[in-house]
Amino acid sequence: MDAISASRGLLRMLTCGSVDDGKSTLIGRLLYDAQLIAEDTLAAITRDSRKHGTVGEEVDLALLVDGLEAERQQGITIDVAYRFFTTGSRSFIVADCPGHEQYTRNMATGASNSELAIILVDARKGLLTQTRRHSFICSLLGIRHVVLAVNKIDLVEFDQAVFDRIVAEYHGFAAAFGFRTLAAIPLSGRFGDNVTQRSPRTPWYQGPTLIEHLDSVEVDEDAEALPFRFPVQWVNRPNLDFRGYAGTVASGRIALGEPVVVAASGVTSEITRILGPAGEQQSAAAGEAVTLCLAQEIDIARGDMLAPPAQRPAVADQLAAHILWMDEEKLLPGRQYLLRMGHAWTTASITAIKHRIDVTTLGQLPATSLALNEIAVCNLSTAQKLAFDPYGENRLTGAFILVDRTSNRTVGCGMVQFPLRRATNIHQEAYLVDKGARAAAKGQRPMVLWFTGLSGSGKSTVAKLVEEALHGAGRHTYSLDGDNLRHGLNRDLGFTPQDRVENIRRVGEVAKLMVDAGLIVLASFISPYRAERQMVRDLLAPGEFVEVFVDTTLEVCAARDVKGLYAKAMRGELANFTGVSSPYEAPEAAELVLDGGATSPEALARQVLDLVERFQAG
Amino acid sequence: MPSLPPHLKRLEAEAIGILRETAASFRNPVLLYSIGKDSSVVLHLAQKAFAPGKLPFPLLHIATGWDFRAMLEFRDRRAAEIGARLIVHTNPDGVAQGIGPLSHGSQVHMNVMGTEALKQALNQHGFDAALGGARRDEEKSRAKERVFSHRAPGHVWEPRGQRPELWGLYNTRIGPGETMRVFPLSNWTEFDVWDYIAAEDIPVVPLYFAALRPTLRRSGAMIMRDDERMPLEPGEEIEMKWVRFRTMGDWPLTGAHESRAETMDQVLEELRASRVSERHGRLIDNDQEASMERKKREGYF
Repeated sequence: MDAISASRGLLRMLTCGSVDDGKSTLIGRLLYDAQLIAEDTLAAITRDSRKHGTVGEEVDLALLVDGLEAERQQGITIDVAYRFFTTGSRSFIVADCPGHEQYTRNMATGASNSELAIILVDARKGLLTQTRRHSFICSLLGIRHVVLAVNKIDLVEFDQAVFDRIVAEYHGFAAAFGFRTLAAIPLSGRFGDNVTQRSPRTPWYQGPTLIEHLDSVEVDEDAEALPFRFPVQWVNRPNLDFRGYAGTVASGRIALGEPVVVAASGVTSEITRILGPAGEQQSAAAGEAVTLCLAQEIDIARGDMLAPPAQRPAVADQLAAHILWMDEEKLLPGRQYLLRMGHAWTTASITAIKHRIDVTTLGQLPATSLALNEIAVCNLSTAQKLAFDPYGENRLTGAFILVDRTSNRTVGCGMVQFPLRRATNIHQEAYLVDKGARAAAKGQRPMVLWFTGLSGSGKSTVAKLVEEALHGAGRHTYSLDGDNLRHGLNRDLGFTPQDRVENIRRVGEVAKLMVDAGLIVLASFISPYRAERQMVRDLLAPGEFVEVFVDTTLEVCAARDVKGLYAKAMRGELANFTGVSSPYEAPEAAELVLDGGATSPEALARQVLDLVERFQAG
Repeated sequence: MPSLPPHLKRLEAEAIGILRETAASFRNPVLLYSIGKDSSVVLHLAQKAFAPGKLPFPLLHIATGWDFRAMLEFRDRRAAEIGARLIVHTNPDGVAQGIGPLSHGSQVHMNVMGTEALKQALNQHGFDAALGGARRDEEKSRAKERVFSHRAPGHVWEPRGQRPELWGLYNTRIGPGETMRVFPLSNWTEFDVWDYIAAEDIPVVPLYFAALRPTLRRSGAMIMRDDERMPLEPGEEIEMKWVRFRTMGDWPLTGAHESRAETMDQVLEELRASRVSERHGRLIDNDQEASMERKKREGYF
């Protein structure tokens, strides 16, 4: 090993491929050829090769990287392993990612921290559905540099035709993935052809070896050219004289004297000091861990983001994102999860799964939930507003993880597409404890008994008797009538046709919520218009709205005149009184018609209770 | 001071971010200070991470009773220089039973005086996060270790219970009885550590540099006899030799190698020419196959 100059810095990459494509062997080869395998380590794997190895008497280089005992026993790799090597000019961190379908999440983990991906293909098998899956996930996670490693070229007699066919096919489907560089290399991890040494057995291949390519490829995404983003990680307040905001610059650059805004609050200030690892600095750029001091004492906490006033991030509590689900337990829309974005933690729920993505065909599929390793485009709603950028523009400020609130497991990860505006995104919350669950807990079928009829027809009297009987039988009920709603919720409404419509609309929505809560609702309203009664009926599930027409003639009602209203109306002192100065549209197909003139309220209530019993039994 | 090479700058920033994340996310963190080169680097980085303030957490040293005297002197001096709060814990049960590496063997000794002692100290002080200097390149089973490594109640490491770590978005949440081990140097190699020590002029224990020391050969390893508790077996004799150490542990369990590397530059040069792994000098790792993984499951750092 020569002096570690590593003048080109650090390159983070991942390797992905299907089972048996030889990922571990290739990485073992890289380490071995870079002479990073110490003698005692080599002695240990030589011993292990006889016990676990799959290549006979040779040293199985895969054993250099297949670390966990369980993996060695099963002969598979089950978790992301990190490996390190250095060439003359670069340091490398390799995330070795398992290729089985069920470990898509591990690939995403490796890709999230990488700039380049090596996608392995077994020359004998050509491109598999896994190859497409891996390429898509790399692309989704923002990988822009890919090496197509056509491995085991020794097993196809170093045949150029095989290599060319695979490369042509790959170019065909990778076009959509937006890779900026794509290098295809024929190689053998087992024998080392074109890994660090140019192979004499592939004279037809004129390109660089794998190491030559890794050493020279330009991967600088120029995070410094993006707008300044500084997620505040920790407020440093050691004494009254110092108040600084510690964190790592996610992108861009900032210098002393420049203005910044706290994205969420919109409060601005200027940079007065920058403390870096080696002391005071004039400026700070992407990737640097610094502490910033501001001219004014303003309210800033961990989780806030500092940005230039002229180039602010989006600030929203609704957003659209790609979500990759990583847990055995399914994602359920409406369930509350913890969401971490930058250094902000909040709760969030998925308000809609717009579509799932078939990672093999890239087609869109409908979905109501997401299982392990599934990817979907979703809308999310968060409890607090977050500052972020689209992931396509900024990988560090556009990413988030989702955490289960009970187990604290990391259950998913997400990449923001764009913010959503609340006004255009009013959504239905779906809850785990739903209408069915609540109704079941009460042991009843929720319904609305909608009593309609003229004032004084006996609606409220009958409804009252029905409710008492139902309550006595252990049913969970609630009565809505003009008296309890017009004094509160509908206090602002009069008796004009528009207000009557709005009155019934609100009553209908309240009745719907109560049905959702599992209750049997008794609503007694004149509700003179058919359209509004129909509107309420349409709000509810089929069968839940039971219209009870209390059919009492105007003469009988006027003669009863319990509240003295008919007399008032007849004297012209009451405008818009139904039946006198405002029309009543009798139901045409009520579920039950009660003769309110002759029959006793008790007998009418009995008829209603019979109907309720049939519904509950039904 | 010349500026750091770009890859070290990046590793330095990452480690500082992890240290700050630990201070911001946990109620009662602690820095496990083993006095070796790695924890010396972590300590140095912690000073930078929280400047101009002091460390927002104490240092914890698990003393086994068989620590090199030079390490204990160095420990006390460093803690005083920094003004850090230092907690030293030794397993009193082990002391009462007279547990030691010579009488009980390395496995029993390390389990009682190392692993068990660490759990005792974490429990006694209610530490919910313990920062350590372990690196992924040290050993195969460590290659898959998380930066924030979750421990179930009882400090149990469950390989399948570890959380995926995407971007820098660490999941630092823990439930009752659970703890976290945090490794800011996860992505550093042994070379990175030494290059950084050299570039930043970080004080390390003198045992890393060659000197004339009293040594004896036992079980193929060269042991520096640090006190009289190690009786000589027939045929053994103490020789004064120029030796140094590449890794630190209890003195009867740590192998030295012959060297004349007395300066930092000479140490770096020797390291680059070496074809032997760092842990080779540790007598506890080769006990059994996949021994590190087993130790980790039991709660070893």
